[in-house]
Amino acid sequence: MVSARKEIIRMERISKQFPGVTALDGVDFQIYKGQIHGIVGENGAGKSTLIKILTGALQPNSGNIFVDGKKVIISNPIIAQNLQIGAVYQDLTVAKDLTVAENFFLGQIPKNRFGFIDWKKMVQKTAAVLRELNIEVDPNMILEKLTAAQKEMVLIAKQYFKQYRVVIFDEPTALLTSKDTEELFRIIKKLKKEGVGIIYISHRIEEVFEICDTVTVLRDGKRITCIPINETDIDGLISRMVGRNIDDMYSITHQHLNKEVLRVENLSKTGVFKNINFTVNHGEIFGLFGLVNSGTTKIARAIYGADRFDQGSIYVDSKNIRITSPSIAVANGIGFLPEDKKTEGLAVKLSVRHNVNLSSYSNISRMGFVNGKLENQNTRQQIKSLRIRTPSAEQIVINLSGGNQQKVVLAKWLVNQCKIFIFEEPTAGIDVGAKEEIYKILELLIKKGSAIVMISSYLPELMGIADRITVVYEGTQMGTLSRNEFDEKRLLQLASGVI
Amino acid sequence: MIRGKIKKKATRFHEMNIFLVLIVLIISLALINNRFLSFGNITNLLRSTSMIGVVAIGMTFVIISGGIDLSVGSVLALSSVIAAKLMVSGTSIFLSIIISLASGILAGLLMGIIIYEARVPPFIVTLAGLSVFRGIAMLLTGAKKVVGLPENFANFAVIRVFGLPGMAIVWLLIIVIGVIMARYTVFGRNIYAIGSNPEAARLSGINIRASIYKVYAFCGFTSAVAGILMAARLCGGSPSAGSGYELDAIAAVVLGGTSLTGGIGGVFGTFFGTMIIATISNGGNIMGVNPFVLEIVIGVLIVIAVVFDHLQKNK
Repeated sequence: MVSARKEIIRMERISKQFPGVTALDGVDFQIYKGQIHGIVGENGAGKSTLIKILTGALQPNSGNIFVDGKKVIISNPIIAQNLQIGAVYQDLTVAKDLTVAENFFLGQIPKNRFGFIDWKKMVQKTAAVLRELNIEVDPNMILEKLTAAQKEMVLIAKQYFKQYRVVIFDEPTALLTSKDTEELFRIIKKLKKEGVGIIYISHRIEEVFEICDTVTVLRDGKRITCIPINETDIDGLISRMVGRNIDDMYSITHQHLNKEVLRVENLSKTGVFKNINFTVNHGEIFGLFGLVNSGTTKIARAIYGADRFDQGSIYVDSKNIRITSPSIAVANGIGFLPEDKKTEGLAVKLSVRHNVNLSSYSNISRMGFVNGKLENQNTRQQIKSLRIRTPSAEQIVINLSGGNQQKVVLAKWLVNQCKIFIFEEPTAGIDVGAKEEIYKILELLIKKGSAIVMISSYLPELMGIADRITVVYEGTQMGTLSRNEFDEKRLLQLASGVI
Repeated sequence: MIRGKIKKKATRFHEMNIFLVLIVLIISLALINNRFLSFGNITNLLRSTSMIGVVAIGMTFVIISGGIDLSVGSVLALSSVIAAKLMVSGTSIFLSIIISLASGILAGLLMGIIIYEARVPPFIVTLAGLSVFRGIAMLLTGAKKVVGLPENFANFAVIRVFGLPGMAIVWLLIIVIGVIMARYTVFGRNIYAIGSNPEAARLSGINIRASIYKVYAFCGFTSAVAGILMAARLCGGSPSAGSGYELDAIAAVVLGGTSLTGGIGGVFGTFFGTMIIATISNGGNIMGVNPFVLEIVIGVLIVIAVVFDHLQKNK
């Protein structure tokens, strides 16, 4: 522990409302010199909103921020940088086509006495910093050509070089191997020694215990607690994060129809996944579980025809179907709800009406002409039954809240009368209320006999609602567990490659 | 629900604005100079604007789909030359027109295929098209105007139906087709979706290939229609006709409120945009304003329209 607890930043009673959602509700947060402060919470707990406020990407509706005891208003990311607050996850000042050294000096390129760029000085200084941190990267390398891990190290080194006083890590290990993670922790500890205040956000609770000295738990936009890490354990932390009886939230009436609707045989894609086999029955929720980059998403995308695969067969209602594009999947009654709604699920510039009918126009048209009556009828029906909160069917989707956007994506597939729904992280980034509504809809779907393939990296959710879970580790299927065999520890072991 | 409600709110708002600008422009020009609203001038204005007007409709769809077509002027020239050569060689007018239209569609389709299959940006493919099709038109004619068209065909340029110039009627027809396509067809819905978010459109099961093929083929079609009008008007097929049309058409589309990033826009807006540009040059000419000044005015107007649009959106 650092002896002098010198406060760098204090955030007081920060609140932030989005239309229909309170993202933060009077949250307090402090960071001291040389402290590694973890923030944990479920998806939608408010972690990223808090960080965005600190880095100037968002403005709070109320509350104050003090740096060195002085009140500041961080109205944009530049101000955050001037206050020497940096975030590794989205460094705005990165030029990926320039060299490491150029990136270090971006905006303040040194000149020699003739007024030309002093390349030598740039490279030497960069090399010195990299050496100091034991990062083996050539300062002359183009940033884009580095591996994900190297890039991250370079970004951290840059913040160190710029002598940032607070550095934020948001899911820094998501793309790293365990060896790279060790390397990352070594550098974080080095920063700590230099007196840098570190904010560490991660879904991986074990990591928080490994590296942090203090942890703040957020839940539904409120600060639940802020305690030294040695005063709690994993169970304690999780129960504070969840804060409610999981079984209540996920109380879904399960269906038991033993009629196969989807069968995947020996699905393989070189270097991504191999020999994936499973069947899904009508009325079943089938979970695909894996840690970040395990290949679950890639498998789902291959089944849907969004990505190509090398080998294997897919059967819908026992009929072998060659799915080479999403339109073929759709024609066979498969719908896909991507995690990233805004970039993959919605045409955000278009109306609710247009989005709701997006995949169904061929069903509600004759000779290429859209049946406007049916189109409006579909829209009205979905707005009503899914309780999509929108002023009108003509509202542009970008103006809706995350939960309502998710419902619009869902409506798109309901209108299409899909029988197989592939959900990728269906509740990521939406608030608890909307989550429960989504679960209710899932329940309704299986009641009607639809099958659901659900990809989630959030185990409690998956365990709560799935009938069976298959676990994938580095593209390999580790095993499939039925509901009565569900065991968090066992599932996590499989997902980590432990048999 | 009423059909009229099936419209993009943002577009409709912009269309109203640009329509008002057009009306104000026409009224003030009429007040300043009584020759402007004369029957002769108006029909002449419509006739001379019809070609770029037709091209701009095809361009509108391409831009809504998130693309661009720089080849329109060259495709226009090529179709025009093909029609003229066929007629001169004794092919029937009807067949000549059909073949000319088919050549325009084919040219567009070809670019659409390259854009989709090879994933080459539309800007590059159609820039190449601009060069290639102009080259073909020049080669076919030895860079000389093809003359000696049948009188029946050339007469079309001066023909009137219910007092309206025949050329303007063709334009009107294309506008009607455009409006129907944009508002009432699956193709129209898909084009908006692709322009708004191609990945989401793909993952929704929309056939992107077919849509992209169709949108460039349609743009080739409108260019060919304009090429035939041009041949009638010039009494011959000129291989240098329509140069610079790509930028004029883009200007009209943008002024009409269609977003260059795709997904937003409409045919009426483009019509109004085309008319505003034409009215400014026509009115300016009548009043004897230096044409170079008019070009500056049009340029400034385009920027104002887009800035105004952004301000509205960010409000």
